[in-house]
Amino acid sequence: MASSTPASATKLGEELSASAVTHAEARPRSSSLWRDGVRRLRRNRLAVAGGVVVVLLCLIAIFADFLAPFPYTKTNFARLNEAPSRAYPLGTDQLGRDLLSRMIYGARVSMLVGLGAQVIVVLIGALSGSIGGRTDMFLTRFVDVMYAFPRLLFVILVMSMLGAGLTNIFIAIGLTGWVGIARQTRAQVLAIKEKEFVDGARALGAGFGRVLARHVMPNALTPIIVAVTFGIPEAIFTEAALSFIGVGINPPTPSWGQMVGEGQQYIRSYWHLCVFPSIAIAVTMLSFVFFGDGVRDALDPKLK
Amino acid sequence: MFQFALTRVLWLIPTLLAMALVTFLVMHATPGSPLDPIAEGANPLSPEAQKVLAKHYGLDRPLYEQFAIFVSKAVRGDFGYSFVYKTRTVQEIIAETFPISLLLGSMALVLAILLGLTLGILAALYQNRTWDYISVSLATVGVAVPNFVLAVFLIILFSFILPLFPTGGWDSPRTWVLPTIALALAPMGIIARFTRASMLEVIRADYTLTARAKGLGELPVIFKHALKNAFIPVVTLLGPMFAAVGTGSFFVEAIFRVPGMGRFFVLSMTGRDYPMIMAVVLTYGVFLAIMNLVVDLLYGVLDPRIRY
Repeated sequence: MASSTPASATKLGEELSASAVTHAEARPRSSSLWRDGVRRLRRNRLAVAGGVVVVLLCLIAIFADFLAPFPYTKTNFARLNEAPSRAYPLGTDQLGRDLLSRMIYGARVSMLVGLGAQVIVVLIGALSGSIGGRTDMFLTRFVDVMYAFPRLLFVILVMSMLGAGLTNIFIAIGLTGWVGIARQTRAQVLAIKEKEFVDGARALGAGFGRVLARHVMPNALTPIIVAVTFGIPEAIFTEAALSFIGVGINPPTPSWGQMVGEGQQYIRSYWHLCVFPSIAIAVTMLSFVFFGDGVRDALDPKLK
Repeated sequence: MFQFALTRVLWLIPTLLAMALVTFLVMHATPGSPLDPIAEGANPLSPEAQKVLAKHYGLDRPLYEQFAIFVSKAVRGDFGYSFVYKTRTVQEIIAETFPISLLLGSMALVLAILLGLTLGILAALYQNRTWDYISVSLATVGVAVPNFVLAVFLIILFSFILPLFPTGGWDSPRTWVLPTIALALAPMGIIARFTRASMLEVIRADYTLTARAKGLGELPVIFKHALKNAFIPVVTLLGPMFAAVGTGSFFVEAIFRVPGMGRFFVLSMTGRDYPMIMAVVLTYGVFLAIMNLVVDLLYGVLDPRIRY
């Protein structure tokens, strides 16, 4: 934690530091919560590997148009369900479309859902979590009911109402995901307001804004960041699961879950159709979880 | 204790009603009306015919009255006819498929608990050694990778490379193996992780130290003193685990062609079979809510430190 020197103590500190050279020297070494966190994260090899894969996946998703050898809708009816070959490194699907190209575009859907849904989730969650009063009571009741209901079941229900499509997936995940974040934020803000160090900062003359920015937020933020890093793979999983049962992404837009769902019907004859997207999902999920574990351990070692 | 149990049982009623309300509202908000002709592109029915149909199905009544009818029928298990299998009632289909899902789910749960506990205990006893790494990686894979992806890998490994088990079906115990494993891996991972953490804590507790100090051997210390206490927090996991097995069975049953409720649910999703969807969601919801209640009560019985 940074040695935050409140306004009243700063003058005293200046007088002291003039005489004490050691204080000035100690300064570069005293690190902030974030710098400490990054250092701990860097030391965790699995987390670094996970992070590298995540960055790679994001790059693939962004530059899909340049990376994919074919458009994802281009069919070749002369070469249906072909096994991997030179022309088609991962083979072709039941419509003669290049599997590799479809997988590259599939990364775009996964990343979009994973990261995009979190923005909605955090915005609604953090907002509703920090509001008190009557909203608070309604929220806790609502959260109780939601917790009794398996989340995936609810998402499927919402999707069956809205119909398949990317926007609707955002809505369905956003509708169910904010509950957890709201709960976290609420618990955090309530607990931290009562902590001694907040009293201490106030007693030393720190204003409301400073207390919020320097003392409450950094402490409230870590569990939320951790929740978000685990929310991303959960959203990716949700999209894959929805597309697997056919209520997620609308074809012809490719999604890994949808490719597994369609491909598994032909697993006996054409194994490659579902194996490659399965590997993609497994690698993505594991990378996010390793990275998330690393972030959690780095930001809040006592949660381990 | 009795009062706690009573309040919890009574709380079940509003929870279930809320679930029914949500499913009911979703059903109503869904685009399309039962008064529209089934054939696509057909001319709409005349207003008079629509009125007659609405009266026949009670759709002309206010929404709260319709909800009351829905609930009173749902309580008796009457969800009407399936849209897809037009000659069969939803109740018949569920009565036929639920036992299969229940069998698959129970087998998976038992396997998950046995394996998960073993892995968790081994990991804690050999912390930061080979056994720990093996069980932690197995647990991570189980938790992180969706079960339909694991199912694909299982089929490739144990049906194609090593032809030990069939790729699907539900006609002999041999066909039960792969779906059970695929369904068990996720809850197994959760249990293993939790048992490891809880066991590590218990091993360092004062009473374990006391047991060692009075000269007990390693095995009695672990089995008589540590395990009993390590299990208690694991019991709280049973609730989320039922949910994991319940929703997980949709995908596993679809991949392994198990004729259970989950597979029917997936088929009814694509066929937009609303009575079926509502019935399955409610059946799962009710089952899970009751299971959560049982787990909560069980927790109090197992841990005498808890007072209500």
